[in-house]
Amino acid sequence: MNPIEQFEISPLKELGSIGAYHFIFTNSAAYMFLCVAILVGVTLYAMRGNSLVPGRLQSAVESVYEFIADTVRQSAGEEGMKFFPFVFSLFAFILLCNFIGLVPYSFTVTSQIIVTASLALLVFAIVIIYGFWRHGLGFLHLFAPSGAPGWLMPLIVVIELMSFLLRPLSLSVRLFANMLAGHIALAVFAGFVATLVGAGVWFVLAPLPLAMTIALLALEALVAFLQAYVFAILTCIYLNDALHPHH
Amino acid sequence: MAAGTETATEAQTEQKGGFPPFEPEHFPSQLLWLAITFGAIYLFVSKVFVRRVGGTIAERADRISRDLDQASAAKARADEATAAHAKALAEARDKAQGIARETRDAMNAASEARRKTVEADLSAKLAASDKEIATRKAQAMANVSAIAQEAAAAIVARLTGQPPTSAEIAAVQSPTGKR
Repeated sequence: MNPIEQFEISPLKELGSIGAYHFIFTNSAAYMFLCVAILVGVTLYAMRGNSLVPGRLQSAVESVYEFIADTVRQSAGEEGMKFFPFVFSLFAFILLCNFIGLVPYSFTVTSQIIVTASLALLVFAIVIIYGFWRHGLGFLHLFAPSGAPGWLMPLIVVIELMSFLLRPLSLSVRLFANMLAGHIALAVFAGFVATLVGAGVWFVLAPLPLAMTIALLALEALVAFLQAYVFAILTCIYLNDALHPHH
Repeated sequence: MAAGTETATEAQTEQKGGFPPFEPEHFPSQLLWLAITFGAIYLFVSKVFVRRVGGTIAERADRISRDLDQASAAKARADEATAAHAKALAEARDKAQGIARETRDAMNAASEARRKTVEADLSAKLAASDKEIATRKAQAMANVSAIAQEAAAAIVARLTGQPPTSAEIAAVQSPTGKR
């Protein structure tokens, strides 16, 4: 009944090692592949007819596409659409991992800090590389907004720089912490149910934590979607900085 | 007992290196698989998903705008046809009214002519009848005068014992004239 146990990575197959690094096919990797399989499978199945009058599933896939496309357009402008595949990949990967994680006994890939940190650093790196590639040193205008009084400038630059550098941290920790805390809370309340059922007459109290678990599961479903959306929209906002640093 | 189990679990977790998400032991494999799977997703999304889903959506938008254009063109044609139809209808109505008026006039004229002939005919007949009546009346009056003379002669003959002469009869010919 250890609520931390669900985050345990268990090796499924040893693949070998390069230097000091061991590469192992783990349960985490299996769930990542499951995520890919679901995305590819659902898309290909939904779009098999590719019909002008969509069926239910095709309609659902199209509305997810439109939803993310609208988000990208609103946050990063029409130019931002060149990053649409990237933002959609992030959204789809995080959303599917979050929802797969809600299935009891499954593993939540996004509750691993290394995964969320890698994704956040990827976003951060793309913003910096694209920003400098596109605007050269003009990208640095991002840290010195025009219209601020000169004597405030040093302070503003420091604050802007700090907030920029903290972005990957906040982006990764937000998703990681939400998933981790939610799953721990779920496991704790579910554990109460099991403990009460096994505790003689106290089993009459077992429905209370059970109801709590169900309510938490609903909340976690919301969080699963919301965190994927937050990650996607923040990515768009950061990409907007790289596209239009002059504000 | 419960406390003992807890410490045992803790010890077990401790043994494994603490909090699993922070264990660096699996970081390299995690990164490898993340790179592979996320790369696969990115490839799939950029090469297949965007083209198929985005293409379908764009095609549908094209189709809808094309259909709307066609519909508005068809509507314009329909409006034209309606106008032409209304015009033809008005023309036909005018023509029909013209024909009706002509017919009515012709019939009026014909009936007027017939009325006139009948009237002339009737007045001719009337005149003839009047003439006939006048002749008959004159004849009758002549007879009346003769009968009256005869009667008067007879009365005179009875009263006087001798018949009056024709001159006497002629003298009382007009009673109203010589009283």
